[in-house]
Amino acid sequence: ITTRMNAVKRKILIMAGKGGVGKSSLASLLTLALAERGKKVGVLDTDLCGPSMAKLMGVSGMHVVNTQYGWKPVRHPVHDISSMGIDFLMDHPDAPVMWRGPRKTQLVRRFIKDTFWGRLDFLLIDTPPGTSDEHLAVVQSLKDARPDGAVLVATPQDVALTTVRKELTFCQRMGIKILGVVENMSGYACPCCDEITYIFRQGGAEALAQEHGLPFLGRIPIDPAMGACAEKGQCAFCECPSSVGVKAVSDVVDKLLHVLS
Amino acid sequence: IVLALLDMSRFEPPPKDCPGFETEQAGKASACAGCPNQTICSTAPKGPDPDLVDIAARMELVKNKILVLSGKGGVGKSTFSAQLSHAFAHSGEANVGLMDVDICGPSIPRMLGLEGEELFQSGSGWQPVSVLDNLSVMSIGFLLNSTDDAVIWRGPKKNQLIKTFLKDVDWGELDYLVIDTPPGTSDEHLSLASYLKDAGGIDGAVIITSPQEIALMDVRKEINFCKKMNISVIGVVENMAGFVCPNCKKESQIFAPSTGGAEKMSQDMQIPFLGRIPLDPLIARACDEGKSYVADYPDSEATKQFKLVFEKITTSVRENKRVV
Repeated sequence: ITTRMNAVKRKILIMAGKGGVGKSSLASLLTLALAERGKKVGVLDTDLCGPSMAKLMGVSGMHVVNTQYGWKPVRHPVHDISSMGIDFLMDHPDAPVMWRGPRKTQLVRRFIKDTFWGRLDFLLIDTPPGTSDEHLAVVQSLKDARPDGAVLVATPQDVALTTVRKELTFCQRMGIKILGVVENMSGYACPCCDEITYIFRQGGAEALAQEHGLPFLGRIPIDPAMGACAEKGQCAFCECPSSVGVKAVSDVVDKLLHVLS
Repeated sequence: IVLALLDMSRFEPPPKDCPGFETEQAGKASACAGCPNQTICSTAPKGPDPDLVDIAARMELVKNKILVLSGKGGVGKSTFSAQLSHAFAHSGEANVGLMDVDICGPSIPRMLGLEGEELFQSGSGWQPVSVLDNLSVMSIGFLLNSTDDAVIWRGPKKNQLIKTFLKDVDWGELDYLVIDTPPGTSDEHLSLASYLKDAGGIDGAVIITSPQEIALMDVRKEINFCKKMNISVIGVVENMAGFVCPNCKKESQIFAPSTGGAEKMSQDMQIPFLGRIPLDPLIARACDEGKSYVADYPDSEATKQFKLVFEKITTSVRENKRVV
């Protein structure tokens, strides 16, 4: 693991306590944004029950190949992005992965130990919601490789924030630096009249970041154009570069790079 | 160069020649070497699990056990479970229990206005926390000192807590036990199914999704999970379906059903489609404030749609019982 991770400049976990706040979406957008800036990026999906990364990166149905150097991750058709996840190891996409903790832990460890990433500028690690087997497996496997830290994603509601606070606690207990907090689904502009409605409330994640002295990386609004790209596995930076969500993600990347530097 | 494919045809796949995890040889046979469950099997007590008897005894007093599931996180399982429990409690004289088995991210206490409540133990077991005279709740949230506390448990410990919730909580006589689950198809779900197998089983599962394909992908897995585990699916609810702008009143699709949404998926998988519930910013607020959205906004579109879904659920539950 150490040898492999030495070839990766930055290792970033994307976490949230809560499901459905946009971890995987953000992980895929950050991956695309960094690749747009000419970086070599790898993205590892450690959500075994509900993997989204293959779909979001537009590489569904592709398979990982086993070589003498390890599992060769799947290449993005356009950008310099490699992806790894359970999707690429399965024949039937609708088959449920009904595994208990130990088996999940074993596979996540293998992902980290056996994937042949080669040299990368960034490795983004998408996680499932929660603070359980998969998260412990990632953290413990990367222990000696010293990840740069985690980006926490939250929607503005208190219910989501309560769970994100737990993720924060997890990171603190595991000695993972928090690179920043992103507030996702922050407002929706009606396409007819431009009125902004805060469907999932507003400002909560920024307040949480301030409360804990963490960098606030920005707010990303609900952007159906960006969402439509995700549904089709298209690169939002290529298809709708001037859309409000894409601009917001670019700002988040700017801030993240600043924090890392 | 070999295509790396995992054999997904067996669930919780034991190795070939697995002696069986309940037997004396469990974890100790030569076939066990390398199996990730080896340690658990070799150290776990053998023979029939006495806890299952206790679970069966408690569950004998529960008429209907309803699971609320989704493969996907954040689609509104807990929100729906909370509203469903309220709806059952307000319909007639039903006694309702709501069990939150999301151990890492328990949202239920907050959503029912029970944050900060503590659990008490009596001679007859852990007392679930009351919301109404006929609605009580159990969640790990009540066992934490602070809402910031993270429960960083692996599978086996989570399973143990679920057992405790089933066998040590003094639910009393219930007409409905609604069980809110975390997203996925893992320990929590497998354990619930296995612990309840000899305790009357699960009477039905309601599956929640949002309209997008990225959610449906996970939900199809969940439906297949139910099929494999012989859990009867009451139906699928499409949540966050459409948003009506409070200003111009026009409806837009925020989470667009790019592949036909939940209704098409239900047809494809031959599962009943229960209905569509739209987005309403007041729902998020009600959840945060621990109030019942359905009670406070009885005339809203979301409440109307929810009530239609609720009717279908109660009809289905009644009909299943008659068949049995």
